Amino acid sequence: MKETSKSRRTFLLSGLLSSLTAFGAMMLYPVWRFIMPPKVPESTQNSVKAAKVNELEPNSGKVFPFGSKPAILIRLGNGEYRAFTAVCTHLQCTVQYRKDFKLIWCACHNGRFDMNGNVVSGPPPLPLERFEVAISGSDIIVSKRA
Amino acid sequence: MDKLIKLSNWFEERIDLSGVKKFADKKVVPVHRQHFWYGIGGITLFLFITQIITGILLLLYYRPAADSAYESVQFIMTSVRYGWLIRSIHSWGANLMIFFLFVHMFSTFFMKAYRKPREMTWISGAILLILALAFGFSGYLLPWNKLAFFATKVGTEMAAVVPGVGKHILIFLRGGEDVTGATLTRFFGFHVALLPMTTFFVLLIHLILIQAQGMSVPPTLEKEYKKNPKTMKFFPDFILRDAVGWLAVLGLLGVLAALFPWELGEKADRFASAPMGIKPEWYFVFLFQTLKYIPGRIFSLNGEALAIFAIGLGVLFWVSVPFFDRRAQKNLPSKVFTIIGIVLIIYIIVLTTISYFFSS
Repeated sequence: MKETSKSRRTFLLSGLLSSLTAFGAMMLYPVWRFIMPPKVPESTQNSVKAAKVNELEPNSGKVFPFGSKPAILIRLGNGEYRAFTAVCTHLQCTVQYRKDFKLIWCACHNGRFDMNGNVVSGPPPLPLERFEVAISGSDIIVSKRA
Repeated sequence: MDKLIKLSNWFEERIDLSGVKKFADKKVVPVHRQHFWYGIGGITLFLFITQIITGILLLLYYRPAADSAYESVQFIMTSVRYGWLIRSIHSWGANLMIFFLFVHMFSTFFMKAYRKPREMTWISGAILLILALAFGFSGYLLPWNKLAFFATKVGTEMAAVVPGVGKHILIFLRGGEDVTGATLTRFFGFHVALLPMTTFFVLLIHLILIQAQGMSVPPTLEKEYKKNPKTMKFFPDFILRDAVGWLAVLGLLGVLAALFPWELGEKADRFASAPMGIKPEWYFVFLFQTLKYIPGRIFSLNGEALAIFAIGLGVLFWVSVPFFDRRAQKNLPSKVFTIIGIVLIIYIIVLTTISYFFSS
């Protein structure tokens, strides 16, 4: 008799615990979904007007918006243009062109990239994504590589 | 005075406060060579109270949106009467509070106050330090200036390296993939609602434990203390001594806020480069500097992830120190842990100095 009542109690207790767990999960699920923001579709922009021709002096750079992210346009000493994502591959800081180093530099953790986007020194684990640069009339157009 | 007694009687007729009175009357604090350090926790608590008061005042004018946060702080600083003072006290107070929290933590560490039966007091204190750092990190972004923008970008990006859930944590913290106005609104919510509520409960536990267990006497002084146990009444003697410290800190806070009003900097621009000389708040600088030395890849593994994993382990070790320091648990001197503490302090000071004075 005692055994029966004990097993009944265990059964009821585990039933209660399971219901409480299910109830808790039911309450928490919408909260969890609420705190995770809805996905905003990423910009599908593939090219952008980055600057005007002659806007940049040789050996200088400019950060510009490319969709929702920053990108960098650099005019080398010989007049050639290069463009990359300006988002550092280390911890996502925005890089800049350093005339004195003739390199792309991240002020956050001293990461350095060459004019092909490759890591020269510092902690960045990957090179910067390179973009195509084309001149159309008086505009410099930067576009993602196919 | 008569009125005060009448009021006290009025309360006592309704609520039985004899237990509290008896407790306050009986409570004593040990007096020994190192008992000076007992006051630091009180100073930290005092600074926390000033943060609550100035924080509530700032809430009257602050607007937590990307297009108006910077302008609202500018308005507080330039147009609201004494706005510059209230904001500077809030900023300086936050930094002083974290400084005293560190001093309090290291003093209790070296005095081995974490040994039995005070393990939970140590753990709750460590949680309070983490909460204070979270307060600092979330509050730093609220003026929406350039430095804060990139500090938040780097800080939240670090969460992404946690295997499996990192990306979810990052999105939860930022309110999206990037640091935007959504991040500012979230951080505001953390700073003024979630963190204060959590801190209130943890602080309550911490204070109840301290009151219930009393102050710990360091093992090195315990023998000497037992031979000649000198004590001081907690109320009013110790409290009044504490109040002198609070007054001194309030004076310091006033001087700092008046002579060096907290700067606002330039408004955040999502498409600007990270400014030269960018640094997080001073209490994160040693970690920031550490990350500069970690190569991108270590044995084909992500160097960043390894470093953050190691820092996480270090924090876990620090929080669990009461369970590792077996000698202190037996009231024996534990030199190894004292050395660990000293090495940690040297590491923090050296890396912070390098970052401020010798780093590009």
